[in-house]
Amino acid sequence: MTGWLGPEEWQAVALSLRVALVATLFSLPFGVFTAYALARWDFRGKQLINGLVHLPLILPPVVTGYLLLLLFGRRGWMGGTLEDVFGIVLAFRWTGAALAAAIMAFPLMVRSIRLAIEAVDPKLEQAAGTLGASRMWVFVTITLPLSLPGIIAGSVLAFAKAMGEFGATITFVSNIPGQTQTVPSAIYAFLQVPGGEASAMRLVVISVVIAMAALLASEALARRSVQRAAGR
Amino acid sequence: MSLSVSLTHTLGTFTLDVTFDAPPGVTVLFGRSGAGKSAVINAVAGLLKPDYGKIVLDGETLSDAHTWRSASTRRLGYVFQDARLFPHMTVRQNLTYGSRFAPRTDSGPSLTEVCALLGIADLLDRRPAGLSGGEKQRVAIGRALLSRPRMLLMDEPLAALDAARKAEILPYLERLRDQTKIPILYVSHSVAEVARLATTVVVLEHGRVVRAGPAEEVLSDPDMVRQLGVREAGAVLPATVKAHHDDGLSELEISGGRLFLPRVAGETGTSTRVRILAQDVILSNTLPEGLSALNILPVTVIALREGADPGVIVQLQCGQDKLLARVTRRSANALNLMPGDAGFAVIKTVSIAQVDIGTG
Repeated sequence: MTGWLGPEEWQAVALSLRVALVATLFSLPFGVFTAYALARWDFRGKQLINGLVHLPLILPPVVTGYLLLLLFGRRGWMGGTLEDVFGIVLAFRWTGAALAAAIMAFPLMVRSIRLAIEAVDPKLEQAAGTLGASRMWVFVTITLPLSLPGIIAGSVLAFAKAMGEFGATITFVSNIPGQTQTVPSAIYAFLQVPGGEASAMRLVVISVVIAMAALLASEALARRSVQRAAGR
Repeated sequence: MSLSVSLTHTLGTFTLDVTFDAPPGVTVLFGRSGAGKSAVINAVAGLLKPDYGKIVLDGETLSDAHTWRSASTRRLGYVFQDARLFPHMTVRQNLTYGSRFAPRTDSGPSLTEVCALLGIADLLDRRPAGLSGGEKQRVAIGRALLSRPRMLLMDEPLAALDAARKAEILPYLERLRDQTKIPILYVSHSVAEVARLATTVVVLEHGRVVRAGPAEEVLSDPDMVRQLGVREAGAVLPATVKAHHDDGLSELEISGGRLFLPRVAGETGTSTRVRILAQDVILSNTLPEGLSALNILPVTVIALREGADPGVIVQLQCGQDKLLARVTRRSANALNLMPGDAGFAVIKTVSIAQVDIGTG
C-alpha cells in the first residue's frame, strides 16, 4: 500500500479512517437513542428535533462548519468551557474533524436506524412487556436485536459519509497535513499544486471504492433487517 | 385466586361500563365483536388505561383511582390472538423468555412439564417462522405459562385458526384448565368455545354485562338465546363415560339418564361435558315408539320463551341438569306445552358433533 501511495497520501487515508471510525462509534449511541425517540415516542417538539437532526443534510456544509467554529472554537461558546474543564480542544485538531464528520453523518445514521426500529412490530414489544420485561429489557432483548442489521447499515453509511466530509471539516479545522488533512482535503490540496493530479487520482479511486462498498453493504444489511423483523 | 373487575371507559361514542368477578377456573368474556371484550382484557393486562378501573387480583390492587401497575409488573400471562412469538429467538428461547423476570420465590410449571402439557417438546430448537398456526399458538400459551403468571389472559386465541387447528388446540386448553390451578380469563365470540372451556361466563353487550354466572346456568338460560344466537344456543351437561360399545357408540351417563354418542375420547369413568344444541332436541309428550333416535330422556318443562321468529325456546329439567329445545310455535301449541308439563326429549345421536364433546 505504502509503495503505491505516497507518505502524504497514506497519512490522509489513515487520518480519514481514524476520524470516520471515531465519529461513527461516538455518535452511534446518540444515533440509536434519537432514532428510537423519533420512532416510538410522541413528545412536544418532535418535529423540531427531527428538523435539527436533518439540518446538516440541507445546510451548506460551510455553514455547519462555521457554526461549529462559533460553538467549539477556542473562544467559542462551548469550546472555552470544554478546554477549561476537560482539557479538550477541538478546533484545528483531528478530534474536531471527527466532530464535524459525526454531525454531517448523523442524519444518515438516524434515518437508517429509525426505519429499522419502525419495522419492529410494537406488538412484539407489548408481548415482551406482558411477560414481565421492563421497557429497558424490552429494548435490549427485542427492539435492538430485531433492528440490528439496520443499525449496522446506518453505521456503515455514516462511516462512509464521515470518510468523505469536506466542507464543514475544512471550515472548522482547516487543512493541516497530518493533523486535519483528510482524504477530501488532501485531494483538494493536491489539485491546487502543479503535478498533484496523480496523487489526487489515487485518492479519488480509494474514495469511490470505499463509498461503493459502504453503499452495497448498507443495502444488503437493510434488506436483512426487513427479513429479520418478518421472522425469516 | 379470584379477580374482580370494575371499570368504565369511553372510546368515542362507545362507553364501557363493566363489573364482574372471575372465580377460579376459566371465565369467558363472551360477546359479539365490538361488545368491548378486548378493551376489558387489555385493561386487566395493563395495556389499556381505562378512565376508571378497579382491578383486584387475590386481594392485590392492580389498578384503581390512585394506583396503576404497569403491564410488566402485573404478572399476568397474556396469550394474544396472533401468537406474537419473537422471530429472532428459537422456540426454547421464546418459552423461557419470561422466567428471567419472574420472582424466584414464585413457583410454576417447568419447561419439561409445559412441553408435555402442550405437546411442543419436538419444536424447541425450531424458529417461529417455521411453525404452523396451531403450533405457534401452543408455544405462545407455553411462553405465557412459563413466565409464572398469577393468571392467564387469552384474547380469542383460536380466532385466527381454521377449524382443524381449533380442534387441535381445544384439548390442550382443557388440560390447562383441568391440570393446572391457574385461573384463566378468556375472550371469545364463539359459543362452541364457551361450551367446551368455560366454568364461568360473562356475557357482554354494547359495553355492558348482561349476564354472568356458571357456564351451565348461562348456557341453559332461555333469556340468553338472543345473545348466543338461536342456531348456537344449547345446554352443556356434565357426563361420565360408562362404556364404549362395539358398534362405534359410547354410552354416557348424565343426571337425567343415558346418552349414546359417536365414540368419544376418554376411558370408562372419565368426566366429560356434552353440548346439546337446542335445535337438535325434539319434544314429545308421550314416550315415542318406533323412532330411530337412541336418546330419549324424560324431562319437565320449566319455561317457554317466544321470540320474533316462528321458534319457541323451551327450557327443560332433565335430572339435575337443564336442557334447551327449540321448536316451532305451531308445535308448541299442538303439544300445548306449559311449565310443569312432563314429556320426553329426543336427541339424534349423530347430530352431536365431536367438537361439542369435551373433558371436564
